Amino acid sequence: MLIDLLIEAVKAIIVVVMVLNLAGVLLWVERKGSALIQDRIGANRASLTGLGKRMGLPNFGLVNTLIADPLKLFTKEDFVPDGADKFLHALAPFLALFPVIITFAVVPFGDVVQIGSRTITLQAANINAAALYILATIGIGVYGVALGGWSSNNRWALLGGIRATAQMISYEIGLGLAIIAIVMTYGTLDLQAMCRAQGGVWFGFLPRWGICLQPVAFLILLTAGMAESKRVPFDLPEGESELVAGYFTEYSGGKQAVFMMTDFAEIVLVAVLITVFFFGGWQVPWLYRDGFHFPGGAHLWVPQLLVAILGLVAFMIKTVAFCWLQILIRWTLPRFRYDQLMRLGWKGLVPLGLANIVVTAIVVVLGSGAR
Amino acid sequence: MFLAALAVISALGTVVQRNPVHCLLALVVTLLTIAVIFIGLDAVTVGFLQAIVYAGAIMVLFLFVVWLLNLQAELRSVPGYLALKAIAGLLCAALVAELFVLLGYAPSAGGAQAAAPTDYGSIEALATTLFSDYLIAFEITSVLLLAAIVGAIALARRTPSSQAASAAVAAASARAGSQGGA
Repeated sequence: MLIDLLIEAVKAIIVVVMVLNLAGVLLWVERKGSALIQDRIGANRASLTGLGKRMGLPNFGLVNTLIADPLKLFTKEDFVPDGADKFLHALAPFLALFPVIITFAVVPFGDVVQIGSRTITLQAANINAAALYILATIGIGVYGVALGGWSSNNRWALLGGIRATAQMISYEIGLGLAIIAIVMTYGTLDLQAMCRAQGGVWFGFLPRWGICLQPVAFLILLTAGMAESKRVPFDLPEGESELVAGYFTEYSGGKQAVFMMTDFAEIVLVAVLITVFFFGGWQVPWLYRDGFHFPGGAHLWVPQLLVAILGLVAFMIKTVAFCWLQILIRWTLPRFRYDQLMRLGWKGLVPLGLANIVVTAIVVVLGSGAR
Repeated sequence: MFLAALAVISALGTVVQRNPVHCLLALVVTLLTIAVIFIGLDAVTVGFLQAIVYAGAIMVLFLFVVWLLNLQAELRSVPGYLALKAIAGLLCAALVAELFVLLGYAPSAGGAQAAAPTDYGSIEALATTLFSDYLIAFEITSVLLLAAIVGAIALARRTPSSQAASAAVAAASARAGSQGGA
């Protein structure tokens, strides 16, 4: 009994630590990655010992971004503007971060592991309506941003908050329509079952991943997900040239860091959802529970624990790859105009999502009729 | 028990507080608490739908309306406020009395209640019931919502020069309707 509770607690802690650390590391990836894209050098000064420089090693700016930046943010003055709603001003960043983090509870980061007589599912909480849970937490995530803008008693912040709210509820519909199509394809709302359904191969070599079945839903989910995370090209709520910094104009120090953390956690969330829905989650191509079955008939036996670890590694690699894709898009595209943003959401993604659902429904019904 | 207390306190907060945004947030807390209570009672699907539709969509639109109408905190009582309070108090007392009378007639808990089926509250059970026993009601509701959306758009379009506020309210109700329909 106690050990079961302990296992659950360890799983929950692993998920939270994994997400928060990945979000922190993304700060480094973003700073050095943007420098790479824009042909700059980027953070390259701070060093703890100075040893690397004396030995002639290149400085990758890890100390700058992972130690100096957070230290600076958390030791700055925590400023609350006059006339601000103090309680909501303090609450808003955490209201923004909390729903994003709890969403990861339903994400399966691996298959089952057999240790002794115990079977451990590598997933913090196995809810059978997980897809609905994701939509619910994303829907609640709007409040942090909206209230952050409202409670600051600042016109720019309020405009940013209104823009963010309008944008997020508009793109939530596209996101929901994409998820409905996926749910219809797999016939389940359970993310672990979706990952299992993506095992195996077509034509002897092609992994049975969702991207082959639902390419349209993948594009919708990627677009709507990036809009949900409010980053370029969808960063209207914080457009610096128009609104100073949008909804977090009046935030400083630790609370501003929490808002930044939310953005990075949302990137990780979108990457994780894409991995689970379209790229097989923890599935490694041609790897089954008894080892690799390569196309052409070759077979390589792999111990059961190693299979689980490989799955975990594959999941992380896929997630990081999609985080990188989002950062690449952020530093490549210019910002939308507001009417373009709304047109894309309501006249582009929503009809496309509905059409995708109709086509999926027809194919699913025909497929089940033929069987 | 804790959840029920939280729901009641936040519902009181909805009514008592002066700042409309604070009232609205208290209502969000109430709705989310009720969603959690649903989930605790094994009605998982209904709980999540409550969180998505009410807390995630409709209340956000309420927030918009509050912002766009530029409602201020109630600063002082308007004339005739006391009479209004007295009438409201009487009506509340009548409602509470009615509730207690009804509770007196209700069957006691733990009595002859049918055992819930094993898949109670699951999404499969819900869908099966909705699309077989209640199909006609479901279809009629969707047509009704469609009519509401079309009506709201027509109202919003007819007076393009009128205040932005009324158009925003109509658009908000249209979006709320489409959320409910989805």
